[in-house]
Amino acid sequence: MHIDPLEKKWMYVIGFMTAVMIGSMAYAAIMLNMHPPSNVETIDPKTLHLSGEFAEDNLGATTNPDGSVTVRMVAARYSFYPQMIEVPADTDVKFRITSPDVLHGVHVPFTNMSTMVVPGYVSEVNTRFSREGEAQFLCNEYCGLGHDYMWSKLKVVPKG
Amino acid sequence: MYDKSKSVALANLWVAFAAFFVAIILGLYQVVNRSGLFPELESHELYFASVSTHGVLMGFVLTTFFIMGFGYYTATSTLKRPLWNKGLAWVAFLVALGGTVMAAIPLLAGKASILYTFYPPLVAHPTFYIGATLLVVGSWIWCLEMIMSTITWRRDNPGKVVPLAMYGTTANAIMWLWTSAGVAIEMLFQLIPWSLGLMDTIDPGLARTLFSWTLHAIVYFWLFPAYIAMYTVLPKLAGGRLFSDEMGRVAFIMLLVLSVPIGFHHLYMDPQQSAGFKFLHMLGTFGVAIPTLLTGFTVLASLEGAGRLRGGKGLFGWIAALNWKEPMVVAGMLALFMLIAGGWGGMINASYQMNTLIHNTQWVTGHFHLIFAGTTVIMYLALAYHLWPKLTGRRLASRGMAVLQLWLWTIGMLVLTLPWHVLGLLGQPRRISSTPYDSPLVEQWDPHELAMIVGGAILLFSALLFVLNLLMSHATRKLDDVSDDDWAVAVYPPMSVPKSMNGFVLWNGILAVWMIVAYGIPIVQLLILDAPGSMPWGY
Repeated sequence: MHIDPLEKKWMYVIGFMTAVMIGSMAYAAIMLNMHPPSNVETIDPKTLHLSGEFAEDNLGATTNPDGSVTVRMVAARYSFYPQMIEVPADTDVKFRITSPDVLHGVHVPFTNMSTMVVPGYVSEVNTRFSREGEAQFLCNEYCGLGHDYMWSKLKVVPKG
Repeated sequence: MYDKSKSVALANLWVAFAAFFVAIILGLYQVVNRSGLFPELESHELYFASVSTHGVLMGFVLTTFFIMGFGYYTATSTLKRPLWNKGLAWVAFLVALGGTVMAAIPLLAGKASILYTFYPPLVAHPTFYIGATLLVVGSWIWCLEMIMSTITWRRDNPGKVVPLAMYGTTANAIMWLWTSAGVAIEMLFQLIPWSLGLMDTIDPGLARTLFSWTLHAIVYFWLFPAYIAMYTVLPKLAGGRLFSDEMGRVAFIMLLVLSVPIGFHHLYMDPQQSAGFKFLHMLGTFGVAIPTLLTGFTVLASLEGAGRLRGGKGLFGWIAALNWKEPMVVAGMLALFMLIAGGWGGMINASYQMNTLIHNTQWVTGHFHLIFAGTTVIMYLALAYHLWPKLTGRRLASRGMAVLQLWLWTIGMLVLTLPWHVLGLLGQPRRISSTPYDSPLVEQWDPHELAMIVGGAILLFSALLFVLNLLMSHATRKLDDVSDDDWAVAVYPPMSVPKSMNGFVLWNGILAVWMIVAYGIPIVQLLILDAPGSMPWGY
């Protein structure tokens, strides 16, 4: 097989670029423990509202003994419930979200708070918010003709 | 003279471009509706029916029919013999066309407004799923035709090298059989029985996993003809030679092996797959950038050679010296430009961590329009200009209009997609029909919404010029002599190649093992997990 010397040099460049990109992601994954939300956990979408952690009374933000916050939300056509969430800044927040109907996605713009919400599964996102003020949860997966109206509010308040 | 199956090629190409033209009219309507600048036009029902139809026509109909038509031309013209079974080519055409019509009726009636990804538990009318499946079945017959044409040619020409264009076409046919298996399983075992009421519930997590199997490699199915044209048509029309035939083979083999087992990068944000498998698929996703980087080098090197033969001097002088009046050269350069821009955005999407910020935002729509509607479709358009005189026996109505059309296509695509990238960074979700959020964010979005209307209008005008040119070309002067043998010749044409680079047995074996690991294990895990199912939901 014939390979031009210039082509061979370019192959080294390709190898180097690919190694740098994969290496930086592997470093962030292994050393900084940065992974996309991958919580493989199931729930029955037909009964989740009746009892357990996603019953209406149990939704919203709760502060854990170690100071971290757990937020439980239901993504259902066409809002995120509860429709207003308040969390302290610079605090570990764990979101647990599920859907009783169709597929949804949730994203708070400019932050790492993003996950798909798939009926039958519980999504879990661990994050921290550093910027205080009001922000929005926007649904970012098509969920029906009212998809545009599916959003809710997030308020990040000073810690303490 | 052997039968060149020109009428079946032309029939496929016309269905492709008719779908393209309808879809682009819908595209302009969508940007106008979405901008929010014309409130009296806004309708959620119409918008989502339109965007579903636009996606199906562009992603499934334009591509599949174009690939089939170009494949028939490539097979007869490079192998210099009739198709393996030319009657079957018409069967493939009719099955695919019947499926398209069957899916189009519920789409246009607003009974299948579930977008071209048709994620359950949203449910469409069953004829939508059955029609879409028939379109895929038609394409499978085409795959058989391509593979058997190559196998019988090799049997009759022992030791000879399969021409590069046909080697690539066969690689694409094999890859598509692997690729389409995921969505076929989803259709046959989940969506069709469930939409007919034969099953009460299905697992949307499993459905998304099966769809992701098809969703990534399908874009390489679409891209393959563009790359084949860059390697085997463009260098010759530019007045030069192909820099390396062997590198073309390496790129095609890598695309075959690498593009299927990497679909989990579409599931990075999904709860039903674990981090380990997402990481594994990320590695392959960056691997599949390699054949594209090889292709960019080889094609640019071929063009540089052509430019220097035409008298171009200095580091960049060869670019100015290229034949900018030849549609294929213009399209090739513009396609590479959009590939570089879009490929850079794709690296962000593919990255295991950074994807979080832009996942399912308008950035993604910008990315795939730049790569698909930009790089891929502009090569389809240039190939049409190249093929029409060969298929009709008449000269092209206007080469000047063709060149203008390709420039307008690129300008329109940039005006459309650059604002979309910005909107995505500003947090705008994709797949919305309006922006009713009570947030200061919306004001930041407005200027970019205006730009995308301008882009959509330029693209519609460009598409109009394209279709007119083709239509007029059916009534021009007949050509005295139609050459079917103007495929590019390599600088060093290979007299023989290793067996592994003339066939696919080894590569199919490697891919089979990789697929068992990358998709087999996660699917078995989901079956064991047996998540509680979902009932069908309207929209």
